Amino acid sequence: MGGDGQTGGRAAAPAIELKGISKAFGPVQANRDISLRVMPGTIHGIVGENGAGKSTLMSILYGFYKADAGEILIGGQRTQIPDSQAAIRAGIGMVFQHFKLVENFTVLENVILGVEEGRLLKPSLAKARGVLKSLAEDYELNVDPDALIEELGVGMKQRVEILKALYRQADILILDEPTGVLTPAEADHLFRILKNLKSEGKTIILITHKLREIMAITDTVSVMRRGQMTATLETAQTSPEELAELMVGRKVLLRIDKKPATPGRTVLEVENLRVTDEDGVERLKGVSLNVRAGEILGIAGVAGNGQSQLLEVLGGMIPGTGTVRINGDAIDLTGRHSDGQSRRARGIAHVPEDRQREGLIMPFMAWENVVFGYHHDPAYQKNRALMDNAGIRRLAEEKMERFDVRPPNPGLAARNFSGGNQQKIVLAREIERNPDLLLVGQPTRGVDIGAIEFIHQRILDLRDAGKAVLLVSVELEEILSMSDRIAVMFDGRIMGERLPGETDEMELGLMMAGMNGKAA
Amino acid sequence: MDFATILQVLDSTVRLATPLLLACLAGLFSERAGIFDIGLEGKMLFAAFFSAATAAVTGSVWLGLLAGIVSSMVLAGIHGLASITFRGNQLISGVAINFLAAGLTVVIAQDWFSQGGRTPSLLGGARFNPITLPFAETLQPVPILGPVYHDLISGHTIPVYFAFAMVPFTWWLLFRTRFGLRLRAVGDSPEALDTAGVSVVATRYAAVAICGVLCGIAGAYLATALQAGFVKDMTAGRGYIALAALIFAKWRPWYALSATLLFGLLQAVALRYQNIDLGGIVVPVQVMDALPYILTVVILAGFVGRAIPPRAGGEPYVKER
Repeated sequence: MGGDGQTGGRAAAPAIELKGISKAFGPVQANRDISLRVMPGTIHGIVGENGAGKSTLMSILYGFYKADAGEILIGGQRTQIPDSQAAIRAGIGMVFQHFKLVENFTVLENVILGVEEGRLLKPSLAKARGVLKSLAEDYELNVDPDALIEELGVGMKQRVEILKALYRQADILILDEPTGVLTPAEADHLFRILKNLKSEGKTIILITHKLREIMAITDTVSVMRRGQMTATLETAQTSPEELAELMVGRKVLLRIDKKPATPGRTVLEVENLRVTDEDGVERLKGVSLNVRAGEILGIAGVAGNGQSQLLEVLGGMIPGTGTVRINGDAIDLTGRHSDGQSRRARGIAHVPEDRQREGLIMPFMAWENVVFGYHHDPAYQKNRALMDNAGIRRLAEEKMERFDVRPPNPGLAARNFSGGNQQKIVLAREIERNPDLLLVGQPTRGVDIGAIEFIHQRILDLRDAGKAVLLVSVELEEILSMSDRIAVMFDGRIMGERLPGETDEMELGLMMAGMNGKAA
Repeated sequence: MDFATILQVLDSTVRLATPLLLACLAGLFSERAGIFDIGLEGKMLFAAFFSAATAAVTGSVWLGLLAGIVSSMVLAGIHGLASITFRGNQLISGVAINFLAAGLTVVIAQDWFSQGGRTPSLLGGARFNPITLPFAETLQPVPILGPVYHDLISGHTIPVYFAFAMVPFTWWLLFRTRFGLRLRAVGDSPEALDTAGVSVVATRYAAVAICGVLCGIAGAYLATALQAGFVKDMTAGRGYIALAALIFAKWRPWYALSATLLFGLLQAVALRYQNIDLGGIVVPVQVMDALPYILTVVILAGFVGRAIPPRAGGEPYVKER
């Protein structure tokens, strides 16, 4: 790397150079003496676990925070970045993980916001329309300029964010977890865009926890751990295993070691299940599937294709029509005689997709959260009126120990735990009830690599104990490595079933996009 | 009901709708920028008192208007400080402002004028007087249009014309200018504005200041045009009615005009027809007087379809890590 074909004499200066950046929030040292050089016209990856300090570092670069110490050089020039405006002036564009778009504005309005030409909007809108057209041609960045943001899919919204940065003439583009919400096809398109940008001499910093993407697209990669930059490597000379080890600080099993499944009797049978939501939109359009004891059925699909509704209707949170049998007995779907409570009584445990809203009560303490949903259990009562709080606390402490929740303090509010540890609390609650069927949605969303390994192992243990597991995840890698069978959902229907050994991401990706050669 | 009566009711509708319209547009600016403001009532009341008091002492309605605007902006500033700078709860701040205004106006009025919490009655140049538009007299004999022009369109006070002119201006400002784009952005997605390098705080303060000016004019109109002086609690819930009209109008200027005219009409009808005889059953005056408020409750209870407020409304903006 280094001056590979960059514009003449300026190739020597790095596009971005950070020297000794430190930043503390109270007692927490988020960034400690970080140095980084990114050459122009390259794609540089930054990996690290949640809380490793990646976002803080990028926020400093984008003027959200002021570093306590250290300096920033842009194109060899020392640059102060006190606010976002300064970052934009320095040619830095940022594509946030959570898009910063005004939902009820058009694409054009979003693009010009903050860089209008004058007091009246008309000339700015006309100019932006022209610029967007040429950007679309140059970089495969097609978006309808008059579409409202709220009507666009996530892939399109992301393009708008990239367009915003380019319209502000950014030379350095920072992308934070850009593929988290994209289909494989959309991600491929994004990578093509990034490669186009790179060939035009733009510098790209890609923050991600997906090592596969780092390997596929970056030229160089830096690893962050506990606020420090632990290594900067050339991508061609490293491996996912090495990066994972650098991130976590110990050896990590990226491939899940699992025994072949020994499926038994059928636990869950679903026939022609339909769900219509409050707006009258049919979200499940006749889903049929079954899960046997001792196997994991993985449901793959792009978010929003009915997987959430499938979990919710099975978990008793919303009504539906059709037939669902658990251990051969039909369960009520009308919602009149059924809820989460009655589902749990039938041996169905549910780890919901959104743990912060549905899995936990964030301001409540861990020990309370560990019994929610089961708190009517006589084992938790002292007498007819009072709960046995001391007993529950003791129990919670044991469970947290077994599930490696850190810190193992049952008196801490749920919101004070990291994402991975919150998930472990939910899993401890649901798995330790020894259910016949575990419904689990996005078990590792926002969870660190180290904790992912643990969570996967616990779900596999449950399977090996002869229980049925229905796993919903938008992470294809997770579906492929965990499942014994894979069903792909698209637009409220099952597109087909595959065995993990006999399919690949390509085929599943096509099915997730609604293209299906063979019907199931 | 003859034509002249209809004109009289409509004329009274226009006058009664004016303070509602001004307050509604004030709320529109504030809420479009993401600052909920239930303190419209308090700001109007404050402005009503200070405008009447100043006009009474100086004899100039214009100085009164100025005092009304300034006093309303002081309260708007407090609301801004509480909800933007200190990121407090906007509802609590608004309620506090309403209480403050309700109490302070009477206490100060008693201290200054010793007339039981009123200001002296305003006369002559201490009030806004009706202005006659050009040719109103000449055109009066023309059938239909003549009386409409003479009785309905002409003969109002300046704040009335100002309020109605504010409707297209507000629309233009919000949807055709850079300021409007940023104001709407800050109410829907302050983080988008922030990352675009525009100050969320400054934009929101600007909106709150405009809200203060318009509430000030609304209050001054109440005390120096609609009536001749300040009396205790003279806003009589108009700030809340304006809020209901704002929801009814789905935070849009032209709809705000229709909504406030509807409320104004109800008030005008209640004023004119104190007891309505419906084939033997006499509807008592209290029912008529309560009509605008009943409609307010109905609207606030959400019987008018889905009104989607600005997405970031009511939430203080905190930069996330």
